[in-house]
Amino acid sequence: MTAPRYHAVLIEDDPQIRRFLRTVLPSEGFEVFEAESGERGLVEAATRKPDVVILDLGLPDLDGAEVIRRLREWSPVPILVLSARTREQDKIAALDAGADDYLVKPFGAGELMARLRVALRHGSARAGGASEPTFAVDGLKVDLAARRVSIGGRDAKLTPIEYRLLAALVKHAGMVVTHRQLLRDVWGPAYVEHVHTLRVHMAALRHKLEADPARPRYLLTELGVGYRLAAE
Amino acid sequence: MDNDRPDPDQLLARVRREERAETRGKLRIFFGACAGVGKTYAMLSAAREQRSEDVDVLVGVVETHGRKETAALLEGLTLLPRKSIPYRGVELEELDLDAALARKPRLIVVDELAHTNAPGSRHAKRWQDIEELLDAGIDVYSAMNVQHLESLNDVVGKITGIRVWETVPDRIFDEAHEVELVDLPPDELIERLHEGKVYMPEAAAGALQNFFRKGNLIALRELALRRTAERVDRQMREYRTDEGIETPWPVAERIVVCVGPGANAERIVRSGARLAARMKADWTAVYVETPRLQRQPDAERDRILRNLRLAEQLGGIAVTLGGGNVAEEILAYARASNATRIVVGRARRDGLRAWLPLSAADRIVAGASDLEVQVVGETEDTASAPTKALLARSRDHLGVRPRGKQRWPRYVWAAAAVAVATGVAALTDPFFEPANQVMIYLLAVTLVAVRLGRGPSVFAAVASVVAFDFFYVAPRWSFAISDTQYLLTFGVMLAVGLIISNLTANIRTRARIAGYREQRTTALYAMSRELAAADDTEDMLRIAVKHIAQVFESQAVILLPDGDGRIRQPRGASTDASLHGADLSVAQWVFDHDEPAGLGTDTLPAAQAHYLRLAGSQGPIGVLAVLPASPRRLFVPEQQRLLETFASQIALALERSQLGAAAKQSELSAESERLRNALLAAISHDLRTPLASIVGASSSLLERGERMDPRGRHELARAIHEEAQRMSGLIDNVLDMARLQSGAASLNRQWHPLEELVGATLKRLETALAGHRVQTHIPGDLPLVNVDGVLIGQVLANLLENAAKYTPRGTTIAISAEVGHEELVVSVADEGPGLPAGEEERIFDKFHRAAPEGPQSGVGLGLSICKAIVQAHGGTIAAENLPAGGAVFRFTLPLVGSPPEMAGDPGLRRAA
Repeated sequence: MTAPRYHAVLIEDDPQIRRFLRTVLPSEGFEVFEAESGERGLVEAATRKPDVVILDLGLPDLDGAEVIRRLREWSPVPILVLSARTREQDKIAALDAGADDYLVKPFGAGELMARLRVALRHGSARAGGASEPTFAVDGLKVDLAARRVSIGGRDAKLTPIEYRLLAALVKHAGMVVTHRQLLRDVWGPAYVEHVHTLRVHMAALRHKLEADPARPRYLLTELGVGYRLAAE
Repeated sequence: MDNDRPDPDQLLARVRREERAETRGKLRIFFGACAGVGKTYAMLSAAREQRSEDVDVLVGVVETHGRKETAALLEGLTLLPRKSIPYRGVELEELDLDAALARKPRLIVVDELAHTNAPGSRHAKRWQDIEELLDAGIDVYSAMNVQHLESLNDVVGKITGIRVWETVPDRIFDEAHEVELVDLPPDELIERLHEGKVYMPEAAAGALQNFFRKGNLIALRELALRRTAERVDRQMREYRTDEGIETPWPVAERIVVCVGPGANAERIVRSGARLAARMKADWTAVYVETPRLQRQPDAERDRILRNLRLAEQLGGIAVTLGGGNVAEEILAYARASNATRIVVGRARRDGLRAWLPLSAADRIVAGASDLEVQVVGETEDTASAPTKALLARSRDHLGVRPRGKQRWPRYVWAAAAVAVATGVAALTDPFFEPANQVMIYLLAVTLVAVRLGRGPSVFAAVASVVAFDFFYVAPRWSFAISDTQYLLTFGVMLAVGLIISNLTANIRTRARIAGYREQRTTALYAMSRELAAADDTEDMLRIAVKHIAQVFESQAVILLPDGDGRIRQPRGASTDASLHGADLSVAQWVFDHDEPAGLGTDTLPAAQAHYLRLAGSQGPIGVLAVLPASPRRLFVPEQQRLLETFASQIALALERSQLGAAAKQSELSAESERLRNALLAAISHDLRTPLASIVGASSSLLERGERMDPRGRHELARAIHEEAQRMSGLIDNVLDMARLQSGAASLNRQWHPLEELVGATLKRLETALAGHRVQTHIPGDLPLVNVDGVLIGQVLANLLENAAKYTPRGTTIAISAEVGHEELVVSVADEGPGLPAGEEERIFDKFHRAAPEGPQSGVGLGLSICKAIVQAHGGTIAAENLPAGGAVFRFTLPLVGSPPEMAGDPGLRRAA
């Protein structure tokens, strides 16, 4: 086996999940540093200089959101949250605290690797300081520099709000973006509660970009949490 | 008749007595004829003896009165510090009851059983303190004199000329475990007195002059000896009954004691009580409230009230009857209650009074052919002065002021009526004889009697006769009566006036009494009805307080205990009728002791309100506190009983509600028990099946994976993965159901486009639906729905999964939506085999499955979760078979309200 390409810190108290990830991740080029508690995890994250942090929300010592906040005080490292399927509020709290994405337990290796890839891409972009000016997946192309959107080779006519909504999603392509984040980015901090406004504009955007808006290919909904722009 | 065996009732009473005696402390009374016979000395000697036998003895209160020998006996005994109670600037020292109860010795010495506690103590009397000590299982030594016995109180007062107001109910004396007579011949006592052993020398001289005359002492000694002998006699009889020894036992006697307004009523009550005690009879003090007695001044009525309460204190039952004729009512009551004897008082009939009509007592004697009647005569020395003083005090205490009534206008009206009659007679003068003119006056007198009452009618009769005589009887314009026949006119007119006014007054009073009665019955009925209709406790409390406030013109509150039996302040909203600041400690005492306390009782009489226990059939429910605007409203015996009736009604209603709640609770837990069992059964099946596959497949991989070809290994890994997914889905369903049932999942309603919910669900179920064609027919212009997106997404997911599970691969599942009548209708149709006939409703039941133990697994919670969620949103869900084959599930979501306004676009405005 060659030298690992990435370093991951895994903060998880359940030994079986740790075992599973410890088995899967090295085969994908990760070196894994494990921590059983939030405090221990924060130490690991500080000393190992990881490329990604995988964090379980149900830790024995610290609230997951608290770990994220303390991590975010000094590090922009991508954080992928693992949570049991419980209340959406916990996921939203973690995302609003600064987590980049989440995975609901139980999850498969495929899902995990897809999320990790997206997280690493954003991590390196963040580190590099500049995001890519264009985004393309399937027939959808967004040129942020030219403010141009095309679908299946034809230009899409978007209103300014729809464009900014799409641009906000492109910036986090592949990752979930909470309602709150989107509202703040597009409408401003005073509008973070106007979720239904967001939904109406999102529906309009779907009708312009999706072949079947009821079975979206690009603009995916995470019920109760936010939206995700499909990245692959 | 079989007299060989003891009466079962008596046996039962004996068992109860013994049961009570087992846990209760024993009271030993040192009983003397008067002060100075050496009771305290004897008591302390006995206590010391106990102490020497290592019994835990505590001296609660002992008055040595400066006697040296007595004080010496206290040495070596543990003394309980007294409690100091400030009263009008003086510190009064009393027995510290709570400290004694807390210390809980085997034996406590408490001197002076008849002592009256300082105002502000828990009980008015020391014997009540002692009762509480006995109840706590503590033995008590105490001392008292014969003059303090309630039933002998008046006799002693008469002998010695000195009435004491500190008394002890005979019950305490009779129920004492032991009574030790401390006897000293009068000569020796007088000697001791001279030696200054009883009182301090300066006080002794006065005492010798008054109380300690030899004659008095002999009489008191006789009384004490006789009373002790009576007690011994009673014990003997009890022993014989207990042992089944035959005695000539009279049938149970019942005595009716008539309480009248007279000054000697108290004496009658006391002698009735003594008689009853001697005869071992039940007795009742009866007061008949006639219209005439209703008109008595308040002082008289207060005295009656007091005597009725005295009767209750002496162990009798007090009853108030209403009616016109005292004798008839008493006799009817006596016969109805199987009384054998009537005690009645009679006013002295000497001088002019002998000419009055027969008194009630005489008529009772005349009418009671089948009953024994004991007549108590009136005596000269009936202590009316102290009675008056006491009444004044009790009135002060009760806050009652005598009412004054303006009478004079009625006499003015009467005079006017006579004047009019004279005028009319003047008009008729030329045509009519005086004998007929007098009829006009008679009419006037009759009218006055009907309208204005007795006094004015007498006045009118006299005035009419005078006017008639003056104006119309010859010689006119003078009062001379030439013709004596007009004396008859005068007499008739007076008689008519009196008869009619009496009749009218009686009718009015009776109507008023009947009115009161009806009011009370109606009030009770109204409350019962409202209580029956209410089913939560808060409601009942409010209703009860409202009615008590109305009927008794008072403020009231019902205090309920918490789980530990501690009375708590009420929590519900209060109304005008609510009593605020009820004393919880008093309420607690009442709750624990089942005796009323507070205002109008002897326990904690200083408390503002009257506290009454609400007793249900299975124990105490709570405490009712009533603060009447006028205490009279509450303390007439009849009102007391009405209040008790109200209290028991309330208690029963509250008990019913508590039992109802308990029943509901157990029903609920039975239902959840049933569900739990079904759930356990279903889970154990549905979890074991996939687990079996997982365990089997994974162990194969572990043990012989190397020997398998890659395809086989892949197949096993897939089986593990799929079965694990299935288990995961199952657990999600169970958790969802639990959350929905526990009510933890409150709806997080937001405005959603249905399209988005469908899209998110389809994305989530991508793998599960991979084998089916999915069509969506969702119009682009559907209105937003105000729902919990996550939960409605779950409904869609369950319906889609269900369709995928029960229909063959390759068939189509169609999701469509349309706007119905103020609702959005969403349907999921499949092309499968459809629902079994008759199952359309049942499939939404918990743990229901189309084919039990079939290949399609799942606990059968999916559809019942859908139903719960849709119903929580105010919608409906149903399933049916399609004519063309396949099943369709339809659910509706109400379209109510409209989404809030859309946010503007500050960013664009800024850019512009």
